[in-house]
Amino acid sequence: MEIDSLEGLLAGHSFLKGLDPEQIALIAGCARNVRFEQDEYLFREGDPADTFFVVREGLVALELYPPGKDPVVLQTAGADEIIGWSWMVAPHVWRYSGLAIEPTRALAIDGACLRRKADDNPLLGYLLLTRVAEVMAHRLEATRLQLLDLYGRD
Amino acid sequence: MSQAPAAADPMVPLPFRVTNSKPETSDTVTLELAPINGEHRVSFAAGQFNMLYAFGVGESAISISGDPSLQDRYVHTLRAIGTVTRALHALREGDVLGLRGPFGNRWPLDRAEGRDVVIVAGGIGLAPLRTAIYRIASDRNRFGQVSVLYGCRTPDDVLYADEFSVWHHNHRINVQTTVDRSRSGWRGRVGVVTTLIPTVSLDPDNVVVMLCGPEVMIHFTVIELHRRRVRDDDIFIAMERNMKCALGFCGRCQLGPTFVCKDGSIFPYSRLRRLLTLKEL
Amino acid sequence: MPVAPDSRSPYRVDLIQLDLLLAAVCRAGYQLIGPSIKDGAIVYDEVSSIEELPVGWTDDQEAGRYRLQRRDDRALFGYVVGPQSWKKLLHPPRQLLWKGRRTDGGLETIAREEVTPRRAFLAVRACEIAAIGIQDRVFTQGQHADPIYAHRREQALVIAVNCTEPAGTCFCSSLGTGPEVISGFDLALTEMIDESGHWFMLEVGTDRGGALLEGLEFTPVTDTERRAVHQRVDAAARQMGRALNTKGLKKLLYDSYDHPRWDDVADRCLACSNCTMVCPTCFCTTVEDVTELSGEIAERWRRWDSCFTLDFSHLSGGSVRHSTRSRYRQWMTHKLATWQDQFDSLGCVGCGRCITWCPVGIDITEEVRQIRAHPVAARASR
Repeated sequence: MEIDSLEGLLAGHSFLKGLDPEQIALIAGCARNVRFEQDEYLFREGDPADTFFVVREGLVALELYPPGKDPVVLQTAGADEIIGWSWMVAPHVWRYSGLAIEPTRALAIDGACLRRKADDNPLLGYLLLTRVAEVMAHRLEATRLQLLDLYGRD
Repeated sequence: MSQAPAAADPMVPLPFRVTNSKPETSDTVTLELAPINGEHRVSFAAGQFNMLYAFGVGESAISISGDPSLQDRYVHTLRAIGTVTRALHALREGDVLGLRGPFGNRWPLDRAEGRDVVIVAGGIGLAPLRTAIYRIASDRNRFGQVSVLYGCRTPDDVLYADEFSVWHHNHRINVQTTVDRSRSGWRGRVGVVTTLIPTVSLDPDNVVVMLCGPEVMIHFTVIELHRRRVRDDDIFIAMERNMKCALGFCGRCQLGPTFVCKDGSIFPYSRLRRLLTLKEL
Repeated sequence: MPVAPDSRSPYRVDLIQLDLLLAAVCRAGYQLIGPSIKDGAIVYDEVSSIEELPVGWTDDQEAGRYRLQRRDDRALFGYVVGPQSWKKLLHPPRQLLWKGRRTDGGLETIAREEVTPRRAFLAVRACEIAAIGIQDRVFTQGQHADPIYAHRREQALVIAVNCTEPAGTCFCSSLGTGPEVISGFDLALTEMIDESGHWFMLEVGTDRGGALLEGLEFTPVTDTERRAVHQRVDAAARQMGRALNTKGLKKLLYDSYDHPRWDDVADRCLACSNCTMVCPTCFCTTVEDVTELSGEIAERWRRWDSCFTLDFSHLSGGSVRHSTRSRYRQWMTHKLATWQDQFDSLGCVGCGRCITWCPVGIDITEEVRQIRAHPVAARASR
């Protein structure tokens, strides 16, 4: 029952949409349901990045702490988005912190577990890689736009 | 010999009094204006603009941001950027300004009837779109799902925040706000406005998008809407160009074959597609 | 033989009789504005007799070149066009739009106390009539009408002159706007100097024009005279110094926004705005807001502006057209392509002024020829 619903949740998330049930089942084997209260950290900068999050609801701020300054929110991620690609990229360390600014429910996926499965099943690995790359490309594009300071005055 | 007739001269402003001045942000204010001479009737549609004249300083094209069901005043939200808008920004209740208008076409609310509506606004671009939001709210059952996706530079630049919960709770309008740069205490989204588009369900066969903001934002928003397969005929964009007369005489607001003042300022993207890809047009 | 003044058959008017005609025009209450020489150029100014016209002068025109020269006859209209056009009277370079007073209650606008006299424009060329027609569409036939232009236009009587000797920069015949005056005039003259003397064929275009002939006794032209006139005008059409091929012009330019020729012309163009100032159809303006020293009276003036200035396309984030390339492209594409979508005609009448008065001799007909000769690849014509 619990496993079924995990698979259902994964299959319904836009990050994994279109994967076949066997692939979903492999991922579900590495997943668990998590929940964070408002102002609770999902992870902190410098922590080992052994997890990534498939967000179901809520809102998470990705923060940096410039020394001696207030934290800077780089962006937020919410429902139907994923957080984290450090699990895929060596040295698997979080480069920013993730703070729930709303009560947040997500599926936490064990990165080490998933890497092992991807090593055994290169097709799954390829699919995950292309999807993470898509997310990264989107984020990069959004970051570039942020740099343009669209609404600023000249 | 004969005298040039001055009556009904579209180039001569009429006097209006500021009946209310409400600061929105540090550099943005909403002015309510009532005609001084009773014979002039306020009459506008959602999406139109007026030319506002600050005495001795000059004129600027400013979108109407007020509720079209209140046809007794013009409401304008303006940002102090240039000489004229700074002078207009400094006006207080009781002050008088000159007004010509309204000019321009309207948001495609008829086309949007029975469909979902997605409103995408950047910065001060929410001001002209607010007229459409009011129109939808006043006739809410004629529309499907309605979303307002709003991007601003910082949390301090967010306009009309006190109205969002009314739109949401009373009128079932999904309002999503995001800022480019956060500050401590901001509990909302951070990221450019395009990141909000994936958060709405979008049926390309049953949606009308209304869009207003800086041209770079328009460019990337359209890319995102295309990803969602929204058709060019269903995307409507309010354009801005230098404008002196608003009558088609001064020639300044040309965008290719169009005059933004009299052919717009709202265009379907299908008409802008080519024009917006040309640099320095 | 005396004829009824309302007859539309052309007359022969001898040089000596022309003054009678001009006097009749003045008597009817028109201020007579015609060609005269000023600062080495032929300009349009108030004239009262044929003595004040550029008798015996012509203009030698080439790209970037304009010189007055003596003719070997005493022709009154033996020049073509100078730097000015009738635009200066219908759409003045600087025009008060309104005046306002700050009052206790706020703001009171004062009507323009402008009185435009009835004016007779003497020696309006075919290209200039076409240009007036184009500005009529801009200012009086759109969603809004410009009351200033409309009034000045209403007050203007057009006495046209057929061109019999085009200038080197002329290309009206390729645009169908000249050299023969076909319509849009109250009266029209063709100047003839031949073995029968120095005379004019006078045609009546409107009742307003015809009424001016009342009491004047002119003889109808003979068939021979009429044939001679037409031969001269036809010859003029064949003597054009330049031509502009309009075939598919709109599409050509719409497909050429990325043409390398714009870079080439931008290397030569000084963005000086001369072409737009001398152009009889260019209508773009800016406004100036001024206050009197007391600050109680404000005025708003309209002034000719040019798409060649940086300020023209200014927005809060900067100017849209910051390069000379984009500004020349805007000007020429407007004249020849977007104008067609906006006003259903070209914005060019082939008068050649922009070629003559360009300090570096940029030639719009040559720019079009180069673009046509080297069309950009199909990628641009999506």
